[in-house]
Amino acid sequence: MDSIMGTETPGNANHRARPRIATLWLGGCAGCHMSFLDMDERLMDLAPRISLVYGPLVDRKEFPDQVDVVLVEGAVANEDNLHHLQEARKKSRLLVAFGDCAVTGNVTSMRNTQSSAGVVMDRSFVENASLHPGVPRSGGILPRLLDRVIPVHQAVPVDLFLPGCPPSADLIFYLISELLEGRSPDLSDKLKYG
Amino acid sequence: MSVKTLMINGQMVSASEDQTLLDVLRENGIELPTLCHLDGLTPIGACRLCLVELAGSNKLHPACMTRITEGMEVTTHSERLVKYRRMILELLFAERNHFCSICVINGQCDLQQMGYDVGMDHVRFEYQCPAVEVDASHERFIMDHNRCVLCTRCVRVCHEMEGAHTRDVMGRGGSSRIITDLNQLWGKSGSCTGCGKCVQVCPTGALFEKGRSAAEVVKQRDFLVYIKTAREKHLWIQ
Repeated sequence: MDSIMGTETPGNANHRARPRIATLWLGGCAGCHMSFLDMDERLMDLAPRISLVYGPLVDRKEFPDQVDVVLVEGAVANEDNLHHLQEARKKSRLLVAFGDCAVTGNVTSMRNTQSSAGVVMDRSFVENASLHPGVPRSGGILPRLLDRVIPVHQAVPVDLFLPGCPPSADLIFYLISELLEGRSPDLSDKLKYG
Repeated sequence: MSVKTLMINGQMVSASEDQTLLDVLRENGIELPTLCHLDGLTPIGACRLCLVELAGSNKLHPACMTRITEGMEVTTHSERLVKYRRMILELLFAERNHFCSICVINGQCDLQQMGYDVGMDHVRFEYQCPAVEVDASHERFIMDHNRCVLCTRCVRVCHEMEGAHTRDVMGRGGSSRIITDLNQLWGKSGSCTGCGKCVQVCPTGALFEKGRSAAEVVKQRDFLVYIKTAREKHLWIQ
C-alpha cells in the first residue's frame, strides 16, 4: 500500500504536508464517529500529524479534493449516500469501510427483508401513522431510499475493511497510526464483528 | 484394532483405523474450522469447512466424514483450501441475516469465531436478506431462523441423545428450514420435552433461552468514579 504520508504541496516539492483525512457519515448511527472521538487524548497526538479536512466533525459543506484517507461510516441506504460515497471515492486515495454498517450493511440493512423501499415507506408513513398518513413526496427534501441497502464495497472499491459495531477506539487509533507510518494495517488478528 | 499410517502435510502420522480423519488431525494439533461437527454427535459433513485434499482424488473430502486408510496423503491448508474455507464462511454469512451487533450470542458465537479464524474482514457475495421467521411460541426458548446455518446439530441431538426427534429439515437449497414436528410452532409441539439440548448445541444465536439478554443486564455503578479518575490514572491509554 502506498504511504499516505506526504501529499506534496504544489510549488514546494520538498515540503510535505500533513496527510488529509476525511470521514463520511452514511446510513449509520454515528456510533463509529463516537468511537473515533473515544480515542480521547490520543486525538491530541494525532491532531498535529493530520489534517481533518471533512466530516461531521468538520464544518465544511463540500467533499474536498486530494484526500489521502477517508473513513466511511454507514451503509448505502439512499441516493444521497450513494452520491456522497462516489464523490468521496473519486477524491480520495484510500477508502476505509469503517464499522459494521459500512462493511456488512448491519442494522441499516435489516429492511432488506422487505421487497422494496416503497414497502418500507408505506409501513413507516402510512400503516403506522395515526395522524396524516402519507409518504412525503416533495422533491429535494428527503433523499430517495434505494430499494436495497448495500455495504460500501458493493457501491465503490474499498481499500481497507474495519469491522466492528463500533470498531474500538484502540483499533481506529491503530489503523490511523499504521497508515501515518506508511504501513498497511494488519487487522487479521484483530477482527471483531458486532 | 489395527494401526494405519498416513501422511499429513508431509508428516508421517499413525492412528487407529476407527478414527475419522478429523479426529486424527485434531489429535496431532492441526486445527480445522468446523460448524456442523460436535463431539458426541454423528458427523454429517454439512458445513464443508473441514474439507481437505487427498492425494489421488480430484474431489475435496470433509475430514469429519473420512475414514483413514493406510498410506493416505492429506493436505489441510493448501492455497485452494484456505480460499474455499473463507468462501464457504462468506456464503454462510450471506445466506441468512447475521447481525452480530444485535445478536444474543455476540461474542460467544462459533460462526463469528470461524470468521475471525479465517480472517474474513468482509463478505464478497451479495447478502440474500431472506424474510425468515422467529418462532417465540415456546415457553422457554426461541428459534430465530435469521441466524440458522443449517448445521443440524439440533436435529441430531434431539434424535440421537434426547430420542424425541422433534426437529427435522424441510425444503431444499436456500429455502431449507429447520422445523419442529411436522412444521408446527415450537410451543404447540407434542414431542418436544423441553430439555433444551438443541439450545445448548446450537453454534449461533439461532436457538436461545428467553430472557437471557435481560438477565444479563448488570448495573455498573462504579462508572462515576471511573469518569472522575480515569484521566489521572491514564486508564484509556495503554
